[in-house]
Amino acid sequence: MAGVAGGNDFQWCFSQVKGAIDEDVAEADIISTVEFNYSGELLATGDKGGRVVIFQHEQESKNRPHLRGEYNVYSTFQSHEPEFDYLKSLEIEEKINKIRWLPQQNAAHFLLSTNDKTIKLWKISERDKRAEGYNLKDEDGRLRDPFRITSLRVPVLMPMDLMVEASPRRIFANAHTYHINSISVNSDHETYLSADDLRINLWHLEITDRSFNIVDIKPANMEELTEVITAAECHPLQCNVFVYSSSKGTIRLCDTRAAALCDRQAKFFEEPEDPSSRSFFSEIISSISDVKFSHSGRYMMTRDYLSVKVWDLNMENRPVETYQVHEYLRSKLCSLYENDCIFDKFECCWNGSDSAIMTGSYNNFFRMFDRNTRRDITLEASRESSKPRATLKPRKVSTGGKRKKDEISVDSLDFNKKILHTAWHPKDNVIAVAATNNLYIFQDKIN
Amino acid sequence: MSGDHEETQTAEEMQVDGKGVQDKMINPEKSEEAKLKARYPNLGNKPGGSDLLRKRLQKGQKYFDSGDYNMAKAKIKNKQLPTAAAPEKTEITGDHIPTPQDLPQRKPSLVASKLAG
Repeated sequence: MAGVAGGNDFQWCFSQVKGAIDEDVAEADIISTVEFNYSGELLATGDKGGRVVIFQHEQESKNRPHLRGEYNVYSTFQSHEPEFDYLKSLEIEEKINKIRWLPQQNAAHFLLSTNDKTIKLWKISERDKRAEGYNLKDEDGRLRDPFRITSLRVPVLMPMDLMVEASPRRIFANAHTYHINSISVNSDHETYLSADDLRINLWHLEITDRSFNIVDIKPANMEELTEVITAAECHPLQCNVFVYSSSKGTIRLCDTRAAALCDRQAKFFEEPEDPSSRSFFSEIISSISDVKFSHSGRYMMTRDYLSVKVWDLNMENRPVETYQVHEYLRSKLCSLYENDCIFDKFECCWNGSDSAIMTGSYNNFFRMFDRNTRRDITLEASRESSKPRATLKPRKVSTGGKRKKDEISVDSLDFNKKILHTAWHPKDNVIAVAATNNLYIFQDKIN
Repeated sequence: MSGDHEETQTAEEMQVDGKGVQDKMINPEKSEEAKLKARYPNLGNKPGGSDLLRKRLQKGQKYFDSGDYNMAKAKIKNKQLPTAAAPEKTEITGDHIPTPQDLPQRKPSLVASKLAG
Protein backbone atom coordinates (compact mmCIF):
# COMPACT_ATOMS: atom_id res chain seq x y z
CA MET A 1 0.00 0.00 0.00
CA ALA A 2 1.49 3.27 -1.08
CA GLY A 3 1.70 5.95 1.52
CA VAL A 4 2.39 9.39 0.30
CA ALA A 5 1.62 11.46 -2.74
CA GLY A 6 4.34 12.48 -5.11
CA GLY A 7 5.11 10.78 -8.37
CA ASN A 8 2.59 9.61 -10.89
CA ASP A 9 1.27 6.64 -9.09
CA PHE A 10 -0.41 8.12 -6.06
CA GLN A 11 -2.45 11.22 -5.31
CA TRP A 12 -4.81 12.31 -2.57
CA CYS A 13 -8.18 13.74 -3.47
CA PHE A 14 -11.09 15.26 -1.66
CA SER A 15 -13.95 12.96 -0.68
CA GLN A 16 -16.22 14.62 1.86
CA VAL A 17 -16.43 17.41 4.39
CA LYS A 18 -18.71 17.38 7.44
CA GLY A 19 -19.77 20.31 9.57
CA ALA A 20 -21.05 23.84 9.15
CA ILE A 21 -19.49 26.54 7.01
CA ASP A 22 -20.20 29.34 9.52
CA GLU A 23 -17.57 31.94 10.03
CA ASP A 24 -18.41 32.06 13.73
CA VAL A 25 -17.45 28.74 15.18
CA ALA A 26 -19.17 27.84 18.44
CA GLU A 27 -16.68 26.48 20.96
CA ALA A 28 -18.80 23.37 21.46
CA ASP A 29 -18.41 22.43 17.78
CA ILE A 30 -14.64 22.23 17.87
CA ILE A 31 -13.63 18.64 17.16
CA SER A 32 -11.37 17.27 19.86
CA THR A 33 -10.74 13.69 18.76
CA VAL A 34 -11.06 11.50 15.64
CA GLU A 35 -10.74 7.71 15.54
CA PHE A 36 -11.43 4.91 13.05
CA ASN A 37 -12.50 1.57 14.47
CA TYR A 38 -10.48 -1.61 13.86
CA SER A 39 -12.09 -2.41 10.51
CA GLY A 40 -12.33 1.19 9.34
CA GLU A 41 -16.05 0.79 8.85
CA LEU A 42 -16.81 3.32 11.56
CA LEU A 43 -15.30 6.75 12.17
CA ALA A 44 -15.96 8.48 15.49
CA THR A 45 -15.49 12.14 16.39
CA GLY A 46 -15.75 13.83 19.76
CA ASP A 47 -16.12 17.56 20.31
CA LYS A 48 -15.74 20.21 22.99
CA GLY A 49 -19.48 20.09 23.64
CA GLY A 50 -19.17 16.52 24.89
CA ARG A 51 -20.89 15.01 21.85
CA VAL A 52 -19.86 11.98 19.85
CA VAL A 53 -20.76 11.55 16.19
CA ILE A 54 -20.15 8.20 14.50
CA PHE A 55 -20.00 7.86 10.72
CA GLN A 56 -20.38 4.58 8.89
CA HIS A 57 -18.78 3.64 5.62
CA GLU A 58 -21.28 2.73 2.96
CA GLN A 59 -20.28 0.48 0.16
CA GLU A 60 -19.39 2.05 -3.13
CA SER A 61 -22.28 2.10 -5.55
CA LYS A 62 -22.16 0.22 -8.80
CA ASN A 63 -22.74 3.46 -10.68
CA ARG A 64 -19.51 5.06 -9.55
CA PRO A 65 -16.96 2.30 -9.15
CA HIS A 66 -13.96 4.62 -9.20
CA LEU A 67 -15.01 6.19 -5.93
CA ARG A 68 -14.71 4.49 -2.61
CA GLY A 69 -17.85 4.53 -0.55
CA GLU A 70 -18.81 7.49 1.60
CA TYR A 71 -19.06 7.97 5.31
CA ASN A 72 -22.51 8.93 6.53
CA VAL A 73 -23.88 9.63 9.98
CA TYR A 74 -24.59 6.41 11.86
CA SER A 75 -25.18 7.58 15.40
CA THR A 76 -24.77 10.67 17.54
CA PHE A 77 -25.12 11.10 21.28
CA GLN A 78 -24.18 13.28 24.21
CA SER A 79 -21.34 11.47 25.92
CA HIS A 80 -20.30 13.83 28.69
CA GLU A 81 -21.82 16.89 30.31
CA PRO A 82 -20.18 19.82 32.10
CA GLU A 83 -19.84 19.32 35.82
CA PHE A 84 -18.76 21.34 38.79
CA ASP A 85 -16.88 19.67 41.61
CA TYR A 86 -17.95 21.73 44.62
CA LEU A 87 -15.54 20.00 46.93
CA LYS A 88 -12.49 21.05 44.94
CA SER A 89 -13.94 24.17 43.30
CA LEU A 90 -13.11 22.62 40.00
CA GLU A 91 -14.94 23.07 36.76
CA ILE A 92 -14.96 19.85 34.74
CA GLU A 93 -15.21 20.36 31.00
CA GLU A 94 -17.36 18.10 28.91
CA LYS A 95 -14.82 18.13 26.11
CA ILE A 96 -14.11 14.62 24.81
CA ASN A 97 -10.35 14.19 25.08
CA LYS A 98 -10.11 10.75 23.50
CA ILE A 99 -12.22 8.04 21.92
CA ARG A 100 -10.90 4.51 21.62
CA TRP A 101 -12.81 1.66 19.99
CA LEU A 102 -12.92 -1.84 21.36
CA PRO A 103 -12.40 -4.69 18.89
CA GLN A 104 -15.73 -5.94 17.69
CA GLN A 105 -16.86 -9.16 19.34
CA ASN A 106 -20.54 -9.32 18.42
CA ALA A 107 -23.09 -7.37 16.44
CA ALA A 108 -22.78 -4.32 18.69
CA HIS A 109 -19.92 -1.82 18.66
CA PHE A 110 -18.23 -0.58 21.81
CA LEU A 111 -16.13 2.49 22.39
CA LEU A 112 -14.54 4.26 25.31
CA SER A 113 -14.86 8.02 25.52
CA THR A 114 -13.28 10.23 28.14
CA ASN A 115 -13.29 13.82 29.33
CA ASP A 116 -10.89 15.20 31.96
CA LYS A 117 -12.23 13.05 34.79
CA THR A 118 -14.59 10.26 33.71
CA ILE A 119 -14.32 7.42 31.20
CA LYS A 120 -17.45 5.86 29.76
CA LEU A 121 -17.99 2.65 27.85
CA TRP A 122 -20.69 3.07 25.21
CA LYS A 123 -22.54 0.32 23.40
CA ILE A 124 -23.77 1.18 19.94
CA SER A 125 -26.29 -1.33 18.69
CA GLU A 126 -28.70 -1.62 15.81
CA ARG A 127 -32.31 -2.36 16.09
CA ASP A 128 -34.13 -3.28 12.91
CA LYS A 129 -36.89 -5.51 14.27
CA ARG A 130 -39.72 -4.84 16.62
CA ALA A 131 -41.92 -7.30 18.46
CA GLU A 132 -45.61 -6.86 17.74
CA GLY A 133 -48.67 -8.59 19.05
CA TYR A 134 -48.02 -8.89 22.75
CA ASN A 135 -50.29 -11.04 24.78
CA LEU A 136 -50.59 -8.86 27.85
CA LYS A 137 -50.04 -5.41 26.35
CA ASP A 138 -52.01 -3.31 23.90
CA GLU A 139 -50.41 -1.96 20.76
CA ASP A 140 -49.81 1.34 22.57
CA GLY A 141 -48.28 -0.36 25.58
CA ARG A 142 -51.15 -0.26 28.04
CA LEU A 143 -51.66 -3.40 30.01
CA ARG A 144 -54.67 -5.40 29.02
CA ASP A 145 -57.14 -6.54 31.64
CA PRO A 146 -56.07 -10.16 32.27
CA PHE A 147 -59.67 -11.31 32.71
CA ARG A 148 -60.53 -10.19 29.20
CA ILE A 149 -57.79 -12.24 27.60
CA THR A 150 -59.32 -15.35 26.15
CA SER A 151 -56.68 -16.58 23.75
CA LEU A 152 -52.93 -16.82 23.65
CA ARG A 153 -51.00 -14.56 21.30
CA VAL A 154 -47.29 -14.87 20.71
CA PRO A 155 -45.43 -11.72 19.62
CA VAL A 156 -44.03 -11.71 16.09
CA LEU A 157 -40.85 -9.91 15.08
CA MET A 158 -41.59 -7.36 12.37
CA PRO A 159 -39.01 -5.37 10.45
CA MET A 160 -38.73 -1.68 11.24
CA ASP A 161 -36.61 1.25 10.12
CA LEU A 162 -33.07 0.88 11.31
CA MET A 163 -32.50 2.53 14.65
CA VAL A 164 -29.03 2.92 16.08
CA GLU A 165 -28.95 3.23 19.83
CA ALA A 166 -26.07 4.31 22.02
CA SER A 167 -26.21 3.42 25.67
CA PRO A 168 -23.64 3.91 28.42
CA ARG A 169 -22.72 0.47 29.75
CA ARG A 170 -19.99 1.38 32.23
CA ILE A 171 -18.95 4.59 33.91
CA PHE A 172 -15.40 4.67 35.26
CA ALA A 173 -15.31 7.64 37.57
CA ASN A 174 -13.43 9.15 40.49
CA ALA A 175 -10.06 7.62 39.72
CA HIS A 176 -8.19 10.68 38.49
CA THR A 177 -7.23 13.71 40.52
CA TYR A 178 -5.58 15.34 37.51
CA HIS A 179 -6.75 15.71 33.93
CA ILE A 180 -6.99 12.57 31.81
CA ASN A 181 -4.97 12.90 28.61
CA SER A 182 -5.00 9.33 27.28
CA ILE A 183 -6.90 6.07 27.27
CA SER A 184 -5.69 2.92 25.55
CA VAL A 185 -7.31 -0.49 25.13
CA ASN A 186 -5.03 -3.41 25.89
CA SER A 187 -4.43 -6.24 23.42
CA ASP A 188 -6.05 -8.64 25.86
CA HIS A 189 -9.35 -6.86 25.14
CA GLU A 190 -10.19 -7.08 28.82
CA THR A 191 -8.27 -4.19 30.32
CA TYR A 192 -7.40 -0.64 29.41
CA LEU A 193 -5.26 2.13 30.82
CA SER A 194 -6.08 5.75 31.55
CA ALA A 195 -3.42 8.39 32.13
CA ASP A 196 -3.57 11.82 33.70
CA ASP A 197 -0.78 14.35 34.30
CA LEU A 198 0.77 12.40 37.14
CA ARG A 199 -0.74 8.92 37.28
CA ILE A 200 -1.70 5.97 35.14
CA ASN A 201 -4.44 3.52 36.10
CA LEU A 202 -5.24 0.07 34.76
CA TRP A 203 -8.89 -0.90 34.56
CA HIS A 204 -10.85 -4.01 33.79
CA LEU A 205 -13.65 -3.24 31.35
CA GLU A 206 -16.17 -5.06 33.53
CA ILE A 207 -15.23 -3.43 36.82
CA THR A 208 -15.99 0.20 37.53
CA ASP A 209 -15.52 0.49 41.26
CA ARG A 210 -11.78 -0.03 41.36
CA SER A 211 -8.68 0.29 39.24
CA PHE A 212 -4.99 -0.40 39.72
CA ASN A 213 -2.61 2.51 39.88
CA ILE A 214 0.43 1.42 37.87
CA VAL A 215 2.40 4.65 37.50
CA ASP A 216 2.62 7.50 39.99
CA ILE A 217 5.09 10.29 39.35
CA LYS A 218 3.67 12.74 41.86
CA PRO A 219 6.54 13.99 44.01
CA ALA A 220 6.11 14.11 47.79
CA ASN A 221 6.65 17.84 47.60
CA MET A 222 4.83 19.48 44.68
CA GLU A 223 7.50 22.16 44.56
CA GLU A 224 9.78 19.48 43.17
CA LEU A 225 7.53 18.79 40.21
CA THR A 226 9.60 18.84 37.03
CA GLU A 227 7.65 16.84 34.51
CA VAL A 228 4.17 15.52 33.78
CA ILE A 229 2.79 12.61 31.79
CA THR A 230 1.59 13.77 28.40
CA ALA A 231 0.42 10.57 26.67
CA ALA A 232 0.29 6.82 27.19
CA GLU A 233 -0.45 3.79 25.05
CA CYS A 234 -0.64 0.02 25.39
CA HIS A 235 1.54 -2.11 23.12
CA PRO A 236 -0.61 -3.46 20.27
CA LEU A 237 0.52 -7.06 20.70
CA GLN A 238 2.14 -7.53 24.11
CA CYS A 239 -0.48 -7.03 26.79
CA ASN A 240 2.13 -6.51 29.51
CA VAL A 241 3.87 -3.57 27.82
CA PHE A 242 2.86 0.10 27.69
CA VAL A 243 4.64 3.41 27.18
CA TYR A 244 4.15 6.90 28.49
CA SER A 245 5.68 10.16 27.33
CA SER A 246 6.58 13.24 29.34
CA SER A 247 6.70 17.00 29.06
CA LYS A 248 10.49 16.76 29.02
CA GLY A 249 10.58 14.82 25.75
CA THR A 250 11.28 11.38 27.22
CA ILE A 251 9.42 8.10 26.82
CA ARG A 252 9.32 5.30 29.35
CA LEU A 253 8.39 1.75 28.43
CA CYS A 254 7.05 -0.33 31.29
CA ASP A 255 6.39 -3.99 31.85
CA THR A 256 3.51 -4.84 34.16
CA ARG A 257 5.03 -8.24 34.83
CA ALA A 258 7.99 -6.67 36.57
CA ALA A 259 6.17 -4.98 39.44
CA ALA A 260 2.73 -3.88 40.56
CA LEU A 261 3.81 -0.24 40.49
CA CYS A 262 5.69 0.50 37.30
CA ASP A 263 7.51 3.58 38.54
CA ARG A 264 10.80 2.14 37.45
CA GLN A 265 10.81 1.88 33.72
CA ALA A 266 12.05 -1.10 31.76
CA LYS A 267 13.31 1.20 28.98
CA PHE A 268 13.97 4.91 28.85
CA PHE A 269 13.99 6.66 25.50
CA GLU A 270 15.64 10.04 25.23
CA GLU A 271 17.51 11.77 22.45
CA PRO A 272 20.67 13.43 23.70
CA GLU A 273 20.56 17.19 23.49
CA ASP A 274 23.38 19.54 22.64
CA PRO A 275 23.68 21.62 25.82
CA SER A 276 25.08 24.60 23.96
CA SER A 277 21.93 24.96 21.91
CA ARG A 278 19.64 24.91 24.91
CA SER A 279 17.27 27.86 25.26
CA PHE A 280 14.26 28.89 27.29
CA PHE A 281 12.10 27.17 24.72
CA SER A 282 13.98 23.88 24.53
CA GLU A 283 12.00 22.03 27.15
CA ILE A 284 8.66 23.41 26.00
CA ILE A 285 9.13 22.38 22.39
CA SER A 286 10.52 19.00 23.36
CA SER A 287 7.34 18.15 25.27
CA ILE A 288 5.76 15.12 23.59
CA SER A 289 2.13 15.68 22.68
CA ASP A 290 1.38 12.21 21.31
CA VAL A 291 2.89 8.73 21.28
CA LYS A 292 1.70 5.92 18.99
CA PHE A 293 2.95 2.39 18.49
CA SER A 294 3.27 1.15 14.93
CA HIS A 295 0.81 -1.58 13.98
CA SER A 296 3.68 -4.04 13.92
CA GLY A 297 4.57 -3.19 17.51
CA ARG A 298 8.21 -2.81 16.59
CA TYR A 299 8.34 0.97 16.46
CA MET A 300 6.74 3.90 18.18
CA MET A 301 6.28 7.47 16.99
CA THR A 302 6.36 10.62 19.12
CA ARG A 303 5.23 14.13 18.21
CA ASP A 304 6.83 17.16 19.77
CA TYR A 305 6.19 20.75 18.76
CA LEU A 306 8.36 20.90 15.67
CA SER A 307 8.99 17.29 14.66
CA VAL A 308 7.86 13.68 14.54
CA LYS A 309 10.30 10.98 15.61
CA VAL A 310 10.19 7.26 14.97
CA TRP A 311 11.85 5.09 17.61
CA ASP A 312 12.92 1.46 17.37
CA LEU A 313 11.87 -0.14 20.65
CA ASN A 314 15.23 -1.85 20.77
CA MET A 315 17.20 1.40 20.69
CA GLU A 316 16.77 3.82 23.55
CA ASN A 317 19.42 6.40 22.95
CA ARG A 318 18.04 8.07 19.86
CA PRO A 319 15.19 7.87 17.35
CA VAL A 320 15.78 6.02 14.09
CA GLU A 321 13.96 8.63 12.03
CA THR A 322 13.21 12.32 12.57
CA TYR A 323 10.86 14.31 10.37
CA GLN A 324 10.58 18.11 10.51
CA VAL A 325 6.98 19.20 10.48
CA HIS A 326 7.37 22.97 10.38
CA GLU A 327 10.96 23.88 11.18
CA TYR A 328 10.32 27.44 9.95
CA LEU A 329 8.49 28.07 13.22
CA ARG A 330 11.74 27.86 15.18
CA SER A 331 12.40 31.53 14.43
CA LYS A 332 8.90 32.46 15.57
CA LEU A 333 8.96 30.86 19.00
CA CYS A 334 8.75 34.17 20.85
CA SER A 335 5.39 35.11 19.37
CA LEU A 336 4.18 31.51 19.49
CA TYR A 337 4.90 31.56 23.22
CA GLU A 338 3.03 34.82 23.65
CA ASN A 339 -0.08 33.57 21.87
CA ASP A 340 0.11 30.17 23.60
CA CYS A 341 0.40 28.29 20.31
CA ILE A 342 3.64 26.76 21.53
CA PHE A 343 1.51 24.66 23.88
CA ASP A 344 -0.69 23.22 21.11
CA LYS A 345 -0.87 19.44 21.28
CA PHE A 346 -0.60 17.87 17.86
CA GLU A 347 -1.35 14.20 17.34
CA CYS A 348 0.21 11.85 14.82
CA CYS A 349 -0.77 8.59 13.17
CA TRP A 350 0.54 5.66 11.14
CA ASN A 351 -0.98 4.25 8.00
CA GLY A 352 -2.08 0.63 8.06
CA SER A 353 1.19 -0.80 6.78
CA ASP A 354 3.39 1.52 8.89
CA SER A 355 5.02 2.82 5.72
CA ALA A 356 3.78 6.39 6.16
CA ILE A 357 2.99 8.79 8.99
CA MET A 358 0.79 11.86 9.17
CA THR A 359 0.51 14.84 11.47
CA GLY A 360 -1.08 18.30 11.44
CA SER A 361 0.24 21.84 11.37
CA TYR A 362 -1.14 25.39 11.15
CA ASN A 363 -3.09 27.14 8.40
CA ASN A 364 -5.09 23.91 8.07
CA PHE A 365 -2.00 22.26 6.64
CA PHE A 366 -1.18 18.65 7.38
CA ARG A 367 1.96 16.74 6.57
CA MET A 368 2.63 13.18 5.42
CA PHE A 369 5.97 11.41 5.39
CA ASP A 370 6.75 8.25 3.45
CA ARG A 371 9.26 6.26 5.49
CA ASN A 372 10.53 4.28 2.52
CA THR A 373 11.00 6.93 -0.13
CA ARG A 374 11.68 9.70 2.40
CA ARG A 375 9.31 11.91 0.43
CA ASP A 376 7.08 14.30 2.30
CA ILE A 377 4.11 16.36 1.30
CA THR A 378 2.10 19.23 2.73
CA LEU A 379 -1.62 19.32 1.97
CA GLU A 380 -4.38 21.69 3.02
CA ALA A 381 -7.87 21.00 4.33
CA SER A 382 -9.89 23.87 2.94
CA ARG A 383 -13.27 24.51 1.43
CA GLU A 384 -11.61 25.90 -1.69
CA SER A 385 -10.19 22.51 -2.63
CA SER A 386 -13.38 20.68 -1.71
CA LYS A 387 -14.77 19.78 -5.09
CA PRO A 388 -15.73 16.12 -5.43
CA ARG A 389 -12.72 13.99 -6.35
CA ALA A 390 -10.56 17.11 -6.72
CA THR A 391 -6.90 16.24 -6.39
CA LEU A 392 -5.18 18.02 -3.54
CA LYS A 393 -2.38 20.28 -4.60
CA PRO A 394 0.80 20.14 -2.54
CA ARG A 395 1.39 23.30 -0.51
CA LYS A 396 4.67 24.95 0.34
CA VAL A 397 5.71 27.46 2.95
CA SER A 398 8.44 29.79 1.79
CA THR A 399 11.17 30.22 4.32
CA GLY A 400 13.68 32.36 2.48
CA GLY A 401 13.34 35.90 1.31
CA LYS A 402 12.02 35.09 -2.14
CA ARG A 403 8.51 33.77 -2.20
CA LYS A 404 7.59 31.76 -5.25
CA LYS A 405 4.15 31.90 -6.72
CA ASP A 406 1.70 29.56 -4.91
CA GLU A 407 3.89 29.54 -1.84
CA ILE A 408 2.75 31.06 1.41
CA SER A 409 5.05 33.02 3.69
CA VAL A 410 5.44 32.10 7.35
CA ASP A 411 3.97 35.42 8.46
CA SER A 412 0.79 34.79 6.48
CA LEU A 413 0.02 31.51 8.19
CA ASP A 414 -3.20 31.44 10.17
CA PHE A 415 -2.31 30.07 13.58
CA ASN A 416 -5.96 29.77 14.55
CA LYS A 417 -6.45 27.12 11.91
CA LYS A 418 -4.73 24.21 13.58
CA ILE A 419 -4.98 20.58 12.61
CA LEU A 420 -4.42 18.77 15.87
CA HIS A 421 -6.35 15.56 15.16
CA THR A 422 -5.97 13.25 12.19
CA ALA A 423 -6.73 9.57 11.63
CA TRP A 424 -5.71 7.05 8.98
CA HIS A 425 -7.95 4.15 7.97
CA PRO A 426 -6.46 0.90 9.28
CA LYS A 427 -6.42 -0.74 5.86
CA ASP A 428 -7.15 1.68 3.03
CA ASN A 429 -5.76 5.00 1.92
CA VAL A 430 -8.54 7.02 3.48
CA ILE A 431 -7.77 9.75 6.00
CA ALA A 432 -9.88 11.88 8.29
CA VAL A 433 -8.62 15.36 9.16
CA ALA A 434 -10.27 17.57 11.78
CA ALA A 435 -10.00 21.27 10.95
CA THR A 436 -11.52 23.08 13.92
CA ASN A 437 -15.24 22.37 13.47
CA ASN A 438 -15.05 20.58 10.14
CA LEU A 439 -14.15 16.98 9.40
CA TYR A 440 -12.49 16.36 6.04
CA ILE A 441 -12.24 12.93 4.49
CA PHE A 442 -9.67 12.38 1.76
CA GLN A 443 -8.88 9.24 -0.21
CA ASP A 444 -6.48 8.12 -2.86
CA LYS A 445 -7.39 8.34 -6.48
CA ILE A 446 -7.91 4.85 -7.83
CA ASN A 447 -6.22 4.80 -11.16
CA MET B 1 40.83 59.85 1.99
CA SER B 2 37.49 60.27 3.61
CA GLY B 3 36.18 57.81 1.09
CA ASP B 4 38.71 55.24 2.26
CA HIS B 5 37.84 55.86 5.89
CA GLU B 6 34.17 55.35 5.18
CA GLU B 7 34.89 52.17 3.36
CA THR B 8 36.85 50.72 6.29
CA GLN B 9 34.13 51.64 8.71
CA THR B 10 31.51 50.11 6.51
CA ALA B 11 33.58 46.95 6.22
CA GLU B 12 33.83 46.70 10.01
CA GLU B 13 30.12 47.29 10.41
CA MET B 14 29.46 44.64 7.86
CA GLN B 15 31.66 42.23 9.75
CA VAL B 16 29.77 42.82 12.98
CA ASP B 17 26.46 42.56 11.21
CA GLY B 18 27.61 39.41 9.46
CA LYS B 19 28.41 37.76 12.77
CA GLY B 20 25.00 38.78 14.13
CA VAL B 21 23.24 37.31 11.13
CA GLN B 22 25.33 34.18 11.42
CA ASP B 23 24.39 33.73 15.07
CA LYS B 24 20.75 34.14 14.24
CA MET B 25 21.05 31.54 11.53
CA ILE B 26 22.89 29.07 13.75
CA ASN B 27 20.50 29.46 16.64
CA PRO B 28 17.18 31.11 15.89
CA GLU B 29 15.92 29.78 19.21
CA LYS B 30 18.46 31.81 21.15
CA SER B 31 17.54 35.01 19.35
CA GLU B 32 13.86 34.31 19.98
CA GLU B 33 14.71 33.77 23.63
CA ALA B 34 16.49 37.10 23.75
CA LYS B 35 13.44 38.75 22.24
CA LEU B 36 11.20 37.20 24.89
CA LYS B 37 13.50 38.14 27.76
CA ALA B 38 13.55 41.70 26.47
CA ARG B 39 9.78 41.89 26.66
CA TYR B 40 9.36 40.03 29.94
CA PRO B 41 12.48 40.54 32.05
CA ASN B 42 11.08 38.62 35.03
CA LEU B 43 10.42 35.47 33.10
CA GLY B 44 11.90 32.30 34.52
CA ASN B 45 13.26 33.99 37.64
CA LYS B 46 11.09 32.10 40.09
CA PRO B 47 12.60 28.94 41.52
CA GLY B 48 10.99 25.57 41.01
CA GLY B 49 10.74 26.17 37.28
CA SER B 50 7.42 24.51 37.24
CA ASP B 51 5.08 27.47 36.95
CA LEU B 52 3.90 26.14 33.63
CA LEU B 53 3.33 22.68 35.03
CA ARG B 54 1.46 23.94 38.05
CA LYS B 55 -0.72 26.12 35.82
CA ARG B 56 -1.47 23.05 33.74
CA LEU B 57 -2.44 20.99 36.77
CA GLN B 58 -4.72 23.70 38.08
CA LYS B 59 -6.76 24.07 34.93
CA GLY B 60 -10.43 24.41 35.69
CA GLN B 61 -10.02 25.91 39.15
CA LYS B 62 -12.86 28.19 40.05
CA TYR B 63 -13.41 29.99 43.30
CA PHE B 64 -16.44 28.96 45.24
CA ASP B 65 -16.42 28.74 48.99
CA SER B 66 -19.36 26.92 50.49
CA GLY B 67 -18.81 28.61 53.84
CA ASP B 68 -18.99 32.09 52.31
CA TYR B 69 -21.98 31.02 50.27
CA ASN B 70 -23.95 29.78 53.26
CA MET B 71 -23.08 32.83 55.34
CA ALA B 72 -24.22 35.09 52.53
CA LYS B 73 -27.46 33.16 52.29
CA ALA B 74 -28.00 33.59 56.03
CA LYS B 75 -27.28 37.30 55.78
CA ILE B 76 -29.89 37.77 53.10
CA LYS B 77 -32.48 35.89 55.15
CA ASN B 78 -32.02 38.27 58.08
CA LYS B 79 -32.18 41.45 56.00
CA GLN B 80 -35.46 42.58 54.57
CA LEU B 81 -35.88 41.92 50.91
CA PRO B 82 -35.78 45.24 48.97
CA THR B 83 -39.02 46.38 47.36
CA ALA B 84 -39.37 46.67 43.64
CA ALA B 85 -39.35 50.47 43.84
CA ALA B 86 -36.03 50.58 45.67
CA PRO B 87 -33.18 51.88 43.57
CA GLU B 88 -30.46 49.54 42.39
CA LYS B 89 -27.93 49.10 45.15
CA THR B 90 -24.40 49.68 44.10
CA GLU B 91 -22.35 46.63 44.85
CA ILE B 92 -19.89 47.00 47.66
CA THR B 93 -16.68 45.32 46.67
CA GLY B 94 -16.05 42.35 48.88
CA ASP B 95 -19.67 41.91 49.85
CA HIS B 96 -20.60 40.07 46.72
CA ILE B 97 -20.19 36.42 47.43
CA PRO B 98 -20.08 34.16 44.40
CA THR B 99 -22.86 31.66 44.34
CA PRO B 100 -23.13 28.51 42.26
CA GLN B 101 -25.57 30.43 40.06
CA ASP B 102 -23.01 33.15 39.41
CA LEU B 103 -20.34 30.82 38.16
CA PRO B 104 -20.41 30.70 34.39
CA GLN B 105 -22.66 27.75 34.02
CA ARG B 106 -22.15 25.93 30.81
CA LYS B 107 -25.20 23.98 30.04
CA PRO B 108 -24.80 20.72 28.21
CA SER B 109 -25.21 21.04 24.49
CA LEU B 110 -28.87 20.63 23.81
CA VAL B 111 -28.27 21.12 20.13
CA ALA B 112 -27.07 18.16 18.14
CA SER B 113 -23.59 18.32 16.64
CA LYS B 114 -23.45 20.06 13.26
CA LEU B 115 -21.34 17.17 11.98
CA ALA B 116 -24.50 15.08 12.11
CA GLY B 117 -26.52 17.67 10.20
